[in-house]
This record gives sequence, structure tokens and C-alpha cells, in this order.
Amino acid sequence: MPELLEFNNVSKVYSRGLISQTSTVALSNLSLKLKENQPTIVTVAGESGSGKTTLAMLLLGFISPTSGQILYHGQDINTLKGEDKIKFRREVQAVFQDPFSVFNPFYPVDHLLTVPIKKFKLAKSKSEARDRMVESLRAVGLHPQDILGRFPHQLSGGQRQRINVARALLLQPRLLVADEPVSMVDASLRANILETLRSLQSDYGVTIIYITHDLTTAYHIARSIIVLYHGAVMEAGDIDTVIKNPQHPYTKLLIDSIPWPDINRRWGETEIKAQESEIEDRGPGCKFYARCPFAMEKCKVAPPLFRISEFQAASCYLYEQHPPVEGERLSELLPV
Amino acid sequence: MAPILKIINLQVSYYTDAGRARALDGVSLNLEPGEKLGLVGESGSGKSTMALAMMRMIKPPGRIEGGQVIVGDTDLTALSDDEMLKARLSKISYIPQGAMNSLNPVMRIGAQMVDAVRAHDKSISASDVEELCLKTLESVDLKRSVFRMYPHELSGGMKQRVCIAIGVLLKPQMIIADEPTSALDVVTQRQVMETIDRVQDMIGAAVILIGHDMGLMAQFVDKVAVMYAGRLMEVSQVREMFTDPKHPYAQALIKSLPNLDNKGIFNGIPGLAPALLRLPRGCAFHPRCEHVMEICQTIRPDLIPLPDGREVSCHLYSEAN
Repeated sequence: MPELLEFNNVSKVYSRGLISQTSTVALSNLSLKLKENQPTIVTVAGESGSGKTTLAMLLLGFISPTSGQILYHGQDINTLKGEDKIKFRREVQAVFQDPFSVFNPFYPVDHLLTVPIKKFKLAKSKSEARDRMVESLRAVGLHPQDILGRFPHQLSGGQRQRINVARALLLQPRLLVADEPVSMVDASLRANILETLRSLQSDYGVTIIYITHDLTTAYHIARSIIVLYHGAVMEAGDIDTVIKNPQHPYTKLLIDSIPWPDINRRWGETEIKAQESEIEDRGPGCKFYARCPFAMEKCKVAPPLFRISEFQAASCYLYEQHPPVEGERLSELLPV
Repeated sequence: MAPILKIINLQVSYYTDAGRARALDGVSLNLEPGEKLGLVGESGSGKSTMALAMMRMIKPPGRIEGGQVIVGDTDLTALSDDEMLKARLSKISYIPQGAMNSLNPVMRIGAQMVDAVRAHDKSISASDVEELCLKTLESVDLKRSVFRMYPHELSGGMKQRVCIAIGVLLKPQMIIADEPTSALDVVTQRQVMETIDRVQDMIGAAVILIGHDMGLMAQFVDKVAVMYAGRLMEVSQVREMFTDPKHPYAQALIKSLPNLDNKGIFNGIPGLAPALLRLPRGCAFHPRCEHVMEICQTIRPDLIPLPDGREVSCHLYSEAN
């Protein structure tokens, strides 16, 4: 049985300039498999410029990879046609960062829900359409009578973001891409949205790819994590292990920089070497070379992933005593 | 020590077609020199209004309707518009939320900094101004070459540093930073906060950090003020706020924070923030409060000092006094 989703050595390079071509590698050789019958939540984490949004865009078929293939149920998503394409569009849904700009301010919020119902012919009659809207709003913890018929400016950011989740849910997706869904929402409402996402996974069997730079929320919602830096996988594995016991120097820096809301846990024990913007040339080696406190001569050749334990691997020569794993087998490191 | 900042009963309202919204309703606050205060609250609670009111930058339909903002020995609310222009940056400065949008895209960084100095003192020589700007850029960890650059040549973190540099150029006694890192990544965020910390130490200014990231507050400030619907609910030292919050809203806020020990447990605050146009009678928090009493629905509690120097506005603590 084909996997739900499969990335085969996917790379994305953005080039610009006609005469002197400069190119940015946004994602290099990523392989990932998500199984059909084991819904899970995978976090893709990294700073801006790490390639995490490129990953989301590739996954949704908005851009096509420079090399490699993205398969959905065994079919390349960039060559899907007709029925299959519509099915893909329905089954793979997204929730984006900004809960404000996805709404058209001239329509009541119902618009966001009625359009997909019409487009995908999900309901035979008006009353059935309404029932489905009510049902999906209830599922995300909203009271339909407070929501339907209102305009976007009358609702809070948290409510709007939950309507986005409701819209995704309405289409009964198999896969949900959540790109920083809570970063623009007040802290007190984040909990509600995360809870909603998690129940999507557990109650409706939706696999979620949670893209974020906020490792605190990732820790609370996800099962496994992939840490990206400039398009390359730095560390991957079980989220508890990676966050509580990070191995790669980059992951350590990231986790050490989280301002934990805990008065006894101070941030800033690891020193930050070089500012991101001062690094000009990344070269073919480890992308983190210029900022790494442990940089060695051999780091000028990109290290493979070394499997530190069953569910943790880091792409760093500090762990070369451990067996290397090929990039293609990344998914084996991620528990479901 | 004499407080460097005294806010006394500050009131701001916005007049809209639907009525008058009291965005700040009698806020009083003192700050010592060098002290760092965190101002937290949900969106719409009046945090940014407070910053703008202190800078006297409230635009119509908003109006400052009463109260005083005293920095050092100057009452900002009593200054003429021209005097206020001079006071901005030299007495009190503001580091805005989106650094990307606050720099002029067609002016070099240097020119924008020189402008700021010139507006306050036309008598300094050009070379002195440049030297001052370059030194300030260095103090926020930027290279001297940034002086000749345009904003688009800088990353988000660097632009935010430029804003900090402009903010501290004239060594103000009071710096207000309105979510200075909300658009930045964790690592850059840490670098920017460390910069603010160091510069603030250097010039001995007091800082108000506005935001809703409680983690950042725990790591950065000395004192936390929790705001809700235009009023202060609690003002406490940061350690007390995180270990023993007094006000039910502060308690709910602290409880909703994720940490490493309570994986998968989400404690959101039930209910919604009230609309300022239709505030509930009595305490604005009472519809969401789990300790709600009869008195809360009719009488609005005032901010009262507790014996240990903290301040809380809640009827739970008024009987004890």
C-alpha cells in the first residue's frame, strides 16, 4: 500500500539573476514518508530561512521541486490531473500563520466555509451545507450562533484561527499543513487552538505537519521533530528526547534561546557565535559551520545523520562514533 | 530612590461611532531608575495605548483625558507640542513593534540617525553627530558600515537593532519597547534582548517592555504589570508573579503557560476578552473569573497595595486589608 505522503530526495533551489546566477538552496535532499494508517503530528522546526515554509509550499503543490519527487498516495502531486487533483486539493489542507488576511472583510465569515462546500460539492442542499458548517464549528470548540453571519472584524484572532481549522476539517482532510498557526494569536488562546489541532489528529485521524520556530508549542503538540537549518536536516527524532536532550550544536542553541516562562531556568548559557547576517558563504559543508562552537576541519564536508539512539539522530561529526543513517531513512527515526 | 517615572491616573478614550471606549482607565505606576517593567495583557487590553499615551502620540479619535506622566522632574502632559517634540528621544523613547516598517526605505540609516540628533540640537558639528551615531551603532553590535546602508540591506534583527540605536541615541531616561522581538526568531530575539539589556545598563534608563510572551518577561524584567481591559490587575516582582500570582487573571495567565513538565496539558483561559465598548459592570474580569463573588458584579475593585509591596486589584484581597 502506498504511503500517504512521500518525499523522495526533494530539493528546492531558488535562482535569480540572468548573467551572474546566484542561487539559494531552500531545501536539500529531504526524504520523508508519512504512513496512511498511523496519523501523527510531525514538527518541522527552524529559524526563518531554514526552508520550513518552502517545505509547506512544496507539500501543497504551490511550487514544484527542483529535483526529487513528492508522492501523494503514490502519485506525483505535480502531475495530478482531473479527479485526482481535486481529491488531492480536498484531502491536503492548510492553516496559515495570519488569521487576519485569509478572510475577505466584505463577506461574513460563512463565506470561508460555504465556498469549499460548493467547490467540492460536499452538500446537496442549503440545509445540509449549514449542518456541516455547524458541525465543524462545534468540533473546533466554537458556538455556531456566535460565529455564523458575523464579519471577520467582529471576531477575535483566536476565533478566526479556529474557523480556519474548522474550514480544513470540513473537507475531511487526510493531511493538514499548519504553518505557524499560533504565532499571531494571544498566548491565552494558543492553548485552545493547539488543543483543537491535537483532537483533529486523535479523533479524526488527520496527520498534521506542524511548521514552527516555537519549540515550546511544538513540544506540547507533536510526537516527532525535524530540525532544519538552511534547508538541511540538523537533527531529527522523538520530540521529548530532542527537546530535553538536544545533541546537535544548532538544536542546543535553539533550545537554549527559548525564553522559558520559568524563573529558575535562565536562558543564554550557550554563547551565540556570529550573527546570522554576517555569514556570506556557506560552502558545501555543514551549513552550521560558521556559527558552530565546535567547528572542525572535516565539517567542510557535509556530515550524514548519525543515529544516536533509536529515535534520535544528529547531522554532526561530534557523533561519528554512532552508525550513520542515509537521508532516505529519515522517517524511521520519527516515532508515530 | 526617587522614581524616574510616575504615571498618575492616566486615562485615554477612543471615541467611535458606537460609543466611547475607555482604553486606559486610571492607570497609575511608578518606576525606579534602571528598573525593567514588563507590561503584559491580551490584545486589546490597552498595552500599546499606554505606550502611545506616554509618548503623547495618541491620534484621534483617541484622546488623553486625564492624568499625568512624569519622567524625572518633567510632567510630559503639561508640555507644549514643541517641547514634547524635544522630549521624545531625549527623555523618553519608543522602540516600535515592527522594525521593518518604521525605517524610511529610501533614506540611509545614517541620515535617519543624524536627523534624529539634529532635530534636538542644531548646534553640534556634523563630525560630532556622525561620531555619536557610529558609537551608538557599535553599542548595539552593528558595524560602522551600517551607517551608509539602506534598510533593505539589513536583516530583521539588524533593523530592530537600528531602531534600538535610534532609541538610545540621546540617552533617554525612559525607554518603551513595544513587542520589540515579536517578528524575530528565538536566537535573534535573544540577541536583541541582550542588546537592549546592555545598552539600558550603560545609560541607566528604565525600561517598559510590552508584550504577551510571558517567557520573555520571566527572562528579562524585574517587575510585571498585568493589564486587562484598560486597567492594571496586578503589579508584582517577577519572581512573585511567576511563583505566587495573586489576581485570578494573573493566576490563569501563569497556569496557561506551557513548560517542560506538563506536556500535553493545555490550560487556556475560558471565555473571551471583553469588548471595551461594552465592559461588564463591576470588575471587568468577573465573567471569566472562577472566584467570582457578588460584589465583583457591581463594584469595580481598585488597585490596592498588599503588605508585601505588591499591588492587586481584586475583591479577594480587599477584605484582608
